[in-house]
Amino acid sequence: MRHFISIADLDREEAIAVLATAEHMAETQSRSIRKLPTLVGTTVVNLFFEDSTRTRISFEAAAKRLSADVINFSAKGSSVSKGESLKDTALTLQAMGADAVVVRSGSSGAAHLLAHAGWIDQPIVNAGDGAHEHPTQAMLDAFTLRRHLRPGDLTAGLDGLHVVIVGDVLHSRVARSNVLLLTLLGARVTLVAPPALVPVGAAAWPCRITYDLDEALATGPDAVMMLRVQRERMVGGGFFPTAGEYSRRYGLTTARAAALPDHAIVLHPGPMNRGFEIAGDVADSPRSVIVEQVASGVFVRMAVLYHLLATDSREGLR
Amino acid sequence: MTADQTAPPLATDHAPLLIRGGRPYGEDVQDVLVVKGRIEAVGTSLEAPAEAEIVDADGCIVLPGLVDLHTHLREPGGEEAETIESGTRAAARGGFTAVHAMANTTPVADTAGVVEQVARRGETSGWCSVRPVGAVTVGLAGERLAELDAMANSRAKVRVFSDDGKCVHDPVLMRRALEYVKSFDGVIAQHAQDPRLTEGAQMHEGVVSAELGLAGWPAVAEESIIARDVLLAQHVGSRLHVCHLSTAGSVDIVRWAKQRGIAVTAEVTPHHLLLTDENVRDFDAVYKVNPPLRTAADVEAVREGLADGTIDIVATDHAPHPRDAKDREWDQAAMGMTGLETALALVQRTMVDEGRLSWREVARVLSERPAEIGRDEDQGQQLAAGAPAHVLVWDPRPVRTTDPAEHSSRGRNSPFAGLELPGLNRLTLLGGRPTVRDGAVVEH
Amino acid sequence: MHDAPPSAGADPGDTAAETSRVLGAEEIRRALTRIAHEILESGHGADDLVLLGIPHRGVPLAERLAIQIARAEGDDRPLDQLAGSLDITMYRDDLRHNPTRAPSPTRIPRDGIDGRTVVLVDDVLYSGRTIRAALDALGAIGRPAAVRLAVLVDRGHRQLPIRADHVGKNLPTSRSERVHVQLMETDGADAVDIVRPTAGEDRA
Repeated sequence: MRHFISIADLDREEAIAVLATAEHMAETQSRSIRKLPTLVGTTVVNLFFEDSTRTRISFEAAAKRLSADVINFSAKGSSVSKGESLKDTALTLQAMGADAVVVRSGSSGAAHLLAHAGWIDQPIVNAGDGAHEHPTQAMLDAFTLRRHLRPGDLTAGLDGLHVVIVGDVLHSRVARSNVLLLTLLGARVTLVAPPALVPVGAAAWPCRITYDLDEALATGPDAVMMLRVQRERMVGGGFFPTAGEYSRRYGLTTARAAALPDHAIVLHPGPMNRGFEIAGDVADSPRSVIVEQVASGVFVRMAVLYHLLATDSREGLR
Repeated sequence: MTADQTAPPLATDHAPLLIRGGRPYGEDVQDVLVVKGRIEAVGTSLEAPAEAEIVDADGCIVLPGLVDLHTHLREPGGEEAETIESGTRAAARGGFTAVHAMANTTPVADTAGVVEQVARRGETSGWCSVRPVGAVTVGLAGERLAELDAMANSRAKVRVFSDDGKCVHDPVLMRRALEYVKSFDGVIAQHAQDPRLTEGAQMHEGVVSAELGLAGWPAVAEESIIARDVLLAQHVGSRLHVCHLSTAGSVDIVRWAKQRGIAVTAEVTPHHLLLTDENVRDFDAVYKVNPPLRTAADVEAVREGLADGTIDIVATDHAPHPRDAKDREWDQAAMGMTGLETALALVQRTMVDEGRLSWREVARVLSERPAEIGRDEDQGQQLAAGAPAHVLVWDPRPVRTTDPAEHSSRGRNSPFAGLELPGLNRLTLLGGRPTVRDGAVVEH
Repeated sequence: MHDAPPSAGADPGDTAAETSRVLGAEEIRRALTRIAHEILESGHGADDLVLLGIPHRGVPLAERLAIQIARAEGDDRPLDQLAGSLDITMYRDDLRHNPTRAPSPTRIPRDGIDGRTVVLVDDVLYSGRTIRAALDALGAIGRPAAVRLAVLVDRGHRQLPIRADHVGKNLPTSRSERVHVQLMETDGADAVDIVRPTAGEDRA
């Protein structure tokens, strides 16, 4: 593993190895001293062209708990907002001696470009690129799912589980990465979205697609993942007539959550629109693992940084 | 000067030239004798005049000089990407003896002054004939017609009008433009792209765009405009030319329109004959182009359409860009590819070598028909005694790896870099004067 | 194996070498019995003892020692209250010079290590860097009253001021030699071999 760009680059063995490492990271984080010396002397750059406080903080915490130095390079107030190109930024970071770059961009393919354009030699971690992928989010979702639904076995996948993902699939990198990862790990995935928010061409994805949330929930899924919906985009873009109509058809209401199997858990990548795509009571209910996802995010990102940086060889997991 | 003011001068003082042993139109071996800028004779075992240069064309195909109906020379205003000088050198190396220079320059070619300047710069450069395309609307803004008649009656004798890069979207404006050009036998070359259906669009909408999370560019955005325009052309009885048609549905619509006798012609680019949206998977913006690369099924449909005559011509849509415009995130990168220097190789590879087009038909789609559509009587003539000697001697046998760094175009944005392509430009004659020998420009 | 390279692990690609047996199964058994007794004698009984094996081969060694100690003391605590494992991967200072290894689990007895005597157990003591990392790892978990070190083989060549309290066998080696430990639990046999590269193949 040279970079961490796309779930599509992983095989099952690699994905499970990252999850297993994340479990070890989680174990170290229950100790009295949580800081590990593993990456002491390395510098991780968080290059964020798009605002995302929670993802940036999660990567920052992960890097710092492994004793790496962290440089935050955000679009606001930096040369990026003055029109500096990705290329020039990359050349700058290369010259500064960054050991890894975590990049978040509104442009699909930005992380891939950074990794392969030849501007910078260091490992690249994709912290979300446009509507393409958000692979560490999918890893933390899989990590959380596995802890609850396949506990105890570090080598387990998610075989036999059924996960329903609901919301704005069209614009969602979280949905794309999760469809790839969860199916790679053996789970069955059902996507639920209004038709205009299902990408043309998604029929080729390894999952089922339905427009009817109640029908999907009636199958008794093991987990329901609600995607964040941007209300402005929804109504302004003409994807749906009103927020109310969306919420009625696709919101995870208290009644819908109550009908889920007892063991089923509810996930949300955050930040939530309470009362819109998910009822506040559901978000706070015992089946909600939304807060736990945040903690999982740090473990998974520690694991990813460990696999990319704790070696000089280009062997990675092998 | 001949009667046609826009034709390049004939090299009347050049030594006679005997092209020996080549196969005109890929058919029987016949020699071609060029004297004083014109073809003097075509026949077997022609006698060389005493002082004649003899060009050994054994195994080569002899074609009329190629004509590109769709070239972006970028000058004025975009000289970092290309100049008329560099672009016409690139054209000559591609075997072209005429190019139609698109109007989306800065300033826009929407006045007689700009088109005359472009034509004059073409003449000065002297690598091929430069026929300016006039803008349909002022500033390509799609709001009011440019002075089409003034451009038509200028020294540049503009006959092709296009807002290429932008679609003449307003149906009333499109109707008026179609009507207006009838008075001087002009043609509207439409860039068929519904702007509302393609807001923010990045690539062909389908399986690959869904996976990559890039905003989709639906085929229907092209097809709906073509459907509307052929009906408009029928209604007002005017000529319509469809630029860079790219989808199977567009081929069907044009085929249907032709069956109904509508005066529509259509072009396809070399890149749409080969590349598909699968090429986008690496997010390399060299594959970013308008219209976008489509699916393998669309590639098959445009090849079929070109073979059966539904698509009249191949036009390059040569669109050079400075490196920085392509070294970017996909959604911020410029659209377009260079094409002049690889066009015939691509047509050979995708059509001739596949047995779908004869060399006679290649002459039709890359020389005769584009000249007809552009009403350029000097170009695209039969290889016969008396014709101006715009001639290409093409050796189809060598295979070479494409290296954009070797191109004459300033643009390095060729999607065919690293690809092995067939053919070599042995000789190109512009009015009897060699512009290219063995692939290299002949300086003058 | 965790000690600095050359690795003491099996290297199937290395054919140009000669191998000689240093300890057989019976000698290993006797060495561990002796160490178990030494540990009991040096301390204050089994009550405050915790044996932590360093993965991978330190872990079964710690378990074997714990069984012997429990038997000798008549201690009826479950084995996992006396022995555990301590992964040191995250504390290594040479990570960037070696291929990434997947971390192993750390298992600490339920009552923790605070105030108790921790015996670190490993198969081979070499540079000492593994033990340094183990001490760091231990410090993140708690504050033992004392830390001792037990190893099956001490092959010398220390790079840090570290020594073992209990040694199964002191084994003088050259740096070019490799010490190859096999245990029933991990390798299907109990043996310690020394592997010498043949002349001209010296990798050191």
